[in-house]
Amino acid sequence: MAALRSARVPSEAVPIDSQAIANLRYIRRTMESAGEFTAIPGRGGIVMGATAIAAAWFAHSRVHAEAWLAVWTIEAILGVAIGYLFARRKAQSINKPLFARPGRKFVLAIAPSIFTAALLTLMLWRAGMIDYTPGVWLLLYGCGIVAGGAFSVRVVPVMGFCFLVFGAAALFSPLAWGDAWLAAGFGGLQIVFGGVIVRNYGG
Amino acid sequence: MGKNATLAKDETAPLKSPLRPEKAAARIDRLVHERLRLGIMSALAVNASLTFNELKKLLETTDGNLSVHARKLEEAGYISCSKSFDGRMPRTEYKLSAGGRKALERYLDHMETLIRATRQS
Repeated sequence: MAALRSARVPSEAVPIDSQAIANLRYIRRTMESAGEFTAIPGRGGIVMGATAIAAAWFAHSRVHAEAWLAVWTIEAILGVAIGYLFARRKAQSINKPLFARPGRKFVLAIAPSIFTAALLTLMLWRAGMIDYTPGVWLLLYGCGIVAGGAFSVRVVPVMGFCFLVFGAAALFSPLAWGDAWLAAGFGGLQIVFGGVIVRNYGG
Repeated sequence: MGKNATLAKDETAPLKSPLRPEKAAARIDRLVHERLRLGIMSALAVNASLTFNELKKLLETTDGNLSVHARKLEEAGYISCSKSFDGRMPRTEYKLSAGGRKALERYLDHMETLIRATRQS
């Protein structure tokens, strides 16, 4: 009601063109913010989930740590590529630039976690503690999704919190379960939440 | 279509540039011009559909305010509204109609013309 009341109160005269510019800026801002509801690609999440389950199955049969790490590194690169392609497709479908404000914010929020995960993986590998990486990856990915999801619909940070729970569970369960946790997290969670996003947030 | 639709139709005839700023301002679609209604239409322009709660969160407004302005746009045929149930929860979903999209485009043209006309005068 505050907005309606203030509209009736005579205010200081504003030049017509300034008012028009302000209105155009408001439209632009609203459209960018409204894009938050569609920026994250649900279908991309489902495909990423499917490739993660395949990667977990494939990695689990690798005996050497290097081979295991190589499988998950390829999966990580593949996941980023799938996410990018689906996000671009989704942005195109609504005539929006991929890196409009919501997309930019999401990338900036998740990037530090991804960088930290890569660095810690290298450290753990050099220290001969590669078996701890599943928990670390899930936790850091969860942190990134929670941070990025702060600018998005509620389902996104909820997915991030689920990753945190899975990551914590992975750290405190037998190390041999690592691939199962990765399949459940990067596979299961992304498929489930991807489906929710497809159903409710435009694909 | 309500009385607003007639009002909007009269006021949104195509512009013949160049116009004097006062004339351009007088021809603005007042139905779209109101800030919250402009927000609703802008948000729906970049989404296939949005629910009542999503619009409320996005535009940071109250239930009453949003429903009043959404109703006006609906009566003018600028947006469509469908009601359903998501489990036990009622769900109201809005979509921008073809007429609404045209009205928003016309409004944007008006704003640009207005800025041009003011700067040229």
